[in-house]
Amino acid sequence: MLGWMHIAVPPAPALFGQLLIGLINGAFYAMLSLGLAVIFGLLNIINFAHGAQYMLGAFCAYLILNYIGIGYWPSLLVAPIVVGIFGMLLERFFIRWVYRLDHLYGLLLTFGMALIIQGVFRQYYGSAGQPYSIPEPLTGGQDLGFMFLPNYRAWVIVASSVFCFGTWFVIERTRLGAYLRAATENPALVQAFGINVPRMVTLTYGFGVALAALAGVLAAPIYQVSPLMGSNLIIVVFAVVVIGGMGSILGAIVGGFALGIIEGLTKVFYPEASSTVIFVIMAVVLLVKPAGLFGRTA
Amino acid sequence: MNETATVRTVRRLILFAVALVAPFVFYPIFLMKAVCFALFAAAFNLLIGFAGLLSFGHAAFFGSASYVTAYAAKAWGFSPLLAILTGTAVAGVMGVVFGWLAIRRKGIYFAMVTLALSQMVYFYALESKYTGGEDGIQAVPLRDVFGLIDLNRPLTMYYFVLAVCLLGFGIIYRAIHSPFGEVLRAIRDNEPRAISLGYRTERYKLLAFTLSATLAGLAGATKALVFQLASLTDVTWQMSGDVVLMTLIGGLGTIWGPVVGAFISITMENYLAELGSWVTVIQGTIFVICVLVFRRGVVGEIVQFVNRRQRQPRLAEEPRTL
Repeated sequence: MLGWMHIAVPPAPALFGQLLIGLINGAFYAMLSLGLAVIFGLLNIINFAHGAQYMLGAFCAYLILNYIGIGYWPSLLVAPIVVGIFGMLLERFFIRWVYRLDHLYGLLLTFGMALIIQGVFRQYYGSAGQPYSIPEPLTGGQDLGFMFLPNYRAWVIVASSVFCFGTWFVIERTRLGAYLRAATENPALVQAFGINVPRMVTLTYGFGVALAALAGVLAAPIYQVSPLMGSNLIIVVFAVVVIGGMGSILGAIVGGFALGIIEGLTKVFYPEASSTVIFVIMAVVLLVKPAGLFGRTA
Repeated sequence: MNETATVRTVRRLILFAVALVAPFVFYPIFLMKAVCFALFAAAFNLLIGFAGLLSFGHAAFFGSASYVTAYAAKAWGFSPLLAILTGTAVAGVMGVVFGWLAIRRKGIYFAMVTLALSQMVYFYALESKYTGGEDGIQAVPLRDVFGLIDLNRPLTMYYFVLAVCLLGFGIIYRAIHSPFGEVLRAIRDNEPRAISLGYRTERYKLLAFTLSATLAGLAGATKALVFQLASLTDVTWQMSGDVVLMTLIGGLGTIWGPVVGAFISITMENYLAELGSWVTVIQGTIFVICVLVFRRGVVGEIVQFVNRRQRQPRLAEEPRTL
């Protein structure tokens, strides 16, 4: 996948290199499963379109760079807003109608949306990836002695940790988050206190989608921008969510990073299993603790 | 009941006659594909329509059986029947294992767990040396069945496939119209109550899952012989999505719904193939429409309409939504 890591022949750089890749993947798992968890908490639907929305974020950055000339840094703000608004429209006009139905319909509906979004982009851009270059100040890297650390990767790890922590802080430690948690527990009661729950639901969905889009922008320079970049990723993220425990914000973040690292380590010690190790862990967690590691209810 | 047994028998005979004559009117390969997918969808529907469990990973069973059958026929020189049996048996064993894990969770979790488990199978198929990677297993040889029947003739193959799939449908029909099917519906409608009545619902769900996986495997195994090919397409999550869509279009919880849905879906795929990725967009749109306004599906809406006019009592095969 990445040229520079194959150069690393001695064990220590290989180990740290894979650890870094694992950490990067983990950062994306964490951001995506966090968005899923936030959406699930309030809307009680599994947002199957999350992978497609992550792809939309990356494409948004790619398109505004190539057509309007807006670069990476503004994209970090513009893409999540644009995609987030798109998400809110989806919620307002489509998803809203399935809340009173079985939760599985939410899954099926967003699955249909994912197919539509990915199909349209595949029609126009094919399956091949479009390159997106690393922004100027972050090119190059640091030689840490035991390994080479590309600046952009370091930035992704720092940025995603900050975003994850920020989200956790807002939800667990602020008044707004308290409303959100209350509405998760009992929407009718919160509505009775004069809070506009339907609007809160729309904004929450928009926020979760924006988080996916932000992950997409961060991912654009690392992976290529392609219509199917989110379609296999989202299934790994589902497994991460099952492992972490669906209701849990912390489970999503810790689980995301931890599983990314475990996946990276598996690549060093037992490469054959690296693409399946997360699913195996999921199976074990289901046997031992069906509600997930951080989950409260089954 | 308004519908007498004679009417039903006559209807069945007519449908059977149609199935026999069909290859003279339509392209046999198209029909065989549709029949295999109809069985796949019917097996899937056994789980979602009658036990209320949405599996988003049924491609794992369909695809694995397809690979095993192709491998057995090609590498070990198994005869078609034995190859199909081997493939189906493997799918059944996988059904036991996956089901045993997945029934620990319900609803969306169940869907996510089955999806994740099937993705594991996909990665195995992608990387294993037995599956031929991106190429799949091609040019699967067809030996004569019982040393007599030559499957290389499309018409003979069609009747062979029809016979195998009718056997599958027969098993599904029996399962639904049995005490076992009754218990499954009880679990679907109210699991705590079924438990309080003394049923060990876990076992019933596992049995339903295994049966569904086995028959999905039968469909995949047969498909491998029809196309003489097992490929990665068969194990992707898109395939799992396809079978959900077929069942949804046709109608959950009806016997004929998945069959109709499969025919609609395969026809669409056939005629829209030149549209490229727009097919995915159309599929997605149908998903959205089915979920928002058309939850009973084609057959479901028809049955509902007829039932309302005739005031039919509740039947085992009842159009339903989740």
